[in-house]
Amino acid sequence: MTDIVTNLWLSLPDGIQFTSYTLLKVFIILVPLFIVVAYYTLAERKVIGYMQNRIGPNRVGPKGLFQPFADMFKLMFKEIIIPTKSNRYLFIVAPILTFAPSMAAWAVMPFTDTLVFADINAGLLYILAMTSLGVYGVIIAGWASNSKYALLGAMRSAAQIVAYEIAMGFSLVGVLMAAGSLNLGDIVNSQAGGIYHWFILPLFPLFMVYLISGVAETNRAPFDVAEGESEIVAGFHVEYSGMTFAVFFLAEYANMILIAMLASLMFFGGWLSPLPSLMGDNIVWLFLKTGFFMLLFLWFRATFPRYRYDQIMRLGWKVLIPVTIVWLVVEGFLVYFKVGPWFN
Amino acid sequence: MPEIKNYTLNFGPQHPAAHGVLRLVLEMDGEVIERADPHIGLLHRGTEKLAETKPFNQNIGYMDRLDYVSMMCNEHGYVLAIEKLLELEIPERAKYIRVMFDEITRILNHLMWIGTHALDVGAMTMFLYAFREREDLMDLYEAVSGTRMHATYYRPGGVARDLPDAMPQYQESRWRSKKEAARLNENRQGSLLDFTEDFTNRFPGYIDEYETLLTDNRIWKQRTVGIGVVTQERAFQLGFTGPMLRGSGVEWDLRKKQPYEVYDRMDFDIPVGTNGDCYDRYLVRIEEMRQSNRIVKQCISWLKDNPGIVLSENHKVAAPRREMAKADMEGLIHHFKLFTEGYTVPEGEVYTAIEHPKGEFGVFLISDGANKPYRLKVRAPGFAHLSSMNEMATGHMLSDVVAIIGTQDIVFGEIDR
Repeated sequence: MTDIVTNLWLSLPDGIQFTSYTLLKVFIILVPLFIVVAYYTLAERKVIGYMQNRIGPNRVGPKGLFQPFADMFKLMFKEIIIPTKSNRYLFIVAPILTFAPSMAAWAVMPFTDTLVFADINAGLLYILAMTSLGVYGVIIAGWASNSKYALLGAMRSAAQIVAYEIAMGFSLVGVLMAAGSLNLGDIVNSQAGGIYHWFILPLFPLFMVYLISGVAETNRAPFDVAEGESEIVAGFHVEYSGMTFAVFFLAEYANMILIAMLASLMFFGGWLSPLPSLMGDNIVWLFLKTGFFMLLFLWFRATFPRYRYDQIMRLGWKVLIPVTIVWLVVEGFLVYFKVGPWFN
Repeated sequence: MPEIKNYTLNFGPQHPAAHGVLRLVLEMDGEVIERADPHIGLLHRGTEKLAETKPFNQNIGYMDRLDYVSMMCNEHGYVLAIEKLLELEIPERAKYIRVMFDEITRILNHLMWIGTHALDVGAMTMFLYAFREREDLMDLYEAVSGTRMHATYYRPGGVARDLPDAMPQYQESRWRSKKEAARLNENRQGSLLDFTEDFTNRFPGYIDEYETLLTDNRIWKQRTVGIGVVTQERAFQLGFTGPMLRGSGVEWDLRKKQPYEVYDRMDFDIPVGTNGDCYDRYLVRIEEMRQSNRIVKQCISWLKDNPGIVLSENHKVAAPRREMAKADMEGLIHHFKLFTEGYTVPEGEVYTAIEHPKGEFGVFLISDGANKPYRLKVRAPGFAHLSSMNEMATGHMLSDVVAIIGTQDIVFGEIDR
């Protein structure tokens, strides 16, 4: 039986072999990602629920475990309402434009030394490019909706992204100065040698800037001005319903997971074990670290009030960017004098 | 180059921060508010007109529905007006019960305010914390009156009935295990006063929790300090009362300045702000909750020591007890008269005001000697506060409008009446 399958496979032309092999790999990454996104939404409701003295969804399935599927089916069967006088093509394109880059960014994500879909040398740059593309979807959605609330949300998002892209980019410059590579796998490997070799120690200010701008990039509380529930109702996606809304939602959560995983890769040694003499490197470490940062996103949301739009800008331009610049200079000296266990 | 124009944004009535049915027409220059025009009337139910067609006692229930987050205080203003016209003396114990429930109501109202204000500013956890405590207070309402909100508990001549000796208990059910029910019933074993006392002991700790979340929170301060500043002078001119006035630094509280019931025997302080911004008003209200808690404690200790009647013995106005109505001819006649045509109030007009959680709640009552009011005018504090929306919001940003709505503590039941 296996022979037949193998022979059948080998008899296919190279092009088809390559394409189907690649597609298979894409599915192996994306299907678990969707499942994680689905259960991340449930986890959010449960975790925030317990933080707020309530129990969250517990009706659908055992302990509410099928809730994400119920939500999914509900959204799939809802009508997609296209507002009158909206630009209907842009209106449909916008969610796709947000969704596609947030998925594409996962292509270069290394899970272990060898488990990586596209091991390209400019991995970090690629991810930066992809995550900043997503905001166009938000802006276009706000514009195409023909709604003042949506337009305000889009405007806020556009202004915010400019400030926070720079801060985030600068903090990543620090990482690549330390690692000497843009390849995510190499960045992790250069932190090898236990918890003291992780970049979090020399790059702590940059890590804070990265984390804050990561939360801001994904439009999560306390930086959710583009959505601004109590101010501009739902901001840029106020007019979206059904699957178009779900696609925005998927993109947001996929981005949160992406930011969380990047934080653990770049500052916390990814799949590397904190104490290599006791425990080996394992993909489980990566998931644990990522899970922690994912929890942080929820924790922030349950704790903080929302910033005002101009306060976000002030924080971005006047605090985060100067901090990164100063620390880049400091790091330059650290690297030059080969300080530490990190730069020698 | 196209001409740049301001645009108008319709904020509400279907809006998460509209606090019911507020409709604001905002003229905006980008995110900055040029003019804020509140539109009212979407919750108008004609309470004042309805009151002219009903015997005095039947209007008490309408008062609950004015400001539907501080129910008993509204009733209080109304029954005080009737009592003043009738020159009716009420039993001492009823006065203490009224003061206690006024302060419980103040806590209820301020909990609702802090929950929604924080939710509007984005701190959604506060909302659920506040509702956890509101639940206990609602249980007190339910224990004395049978309903969680619209109590109709105060009556001309006192209160409807004495405080119960037992609290209602949670039952085991499909959703609530025996252990869970026992845990919930733990502090409900004694009388209502015991349960209230237990609450007053727990409550300062809860306020500390709220303050940990908000008071020194940088984001909270950034969102409230310097927002919606009202000077002392302007606060007088705009007709502010209550925490809005005290936030601007005026030490004015009817409970101290024109004491009614037994407030002159209570030991409490009036917090005042200095800058008149949203943050000061926040601090004032937080401190008011602590002070209310103090007053409730004092009432509990008095009420525990002094049993007695809670409704006037003048049965021309106050209903006789059930046994009297069944056994005694005179009682039966009083009962019949009261529940058919009610009682008449001497001709005249009267204005009474109480320190409502939101400000001065005034009732202007004209009687022509009939069994129902000739005219009833309610002075709702929220109306004056909402009128200042334009002044408070102009020059601020859209997000601040939401904070200002929160700080004004608007409820449309009383504004639209």
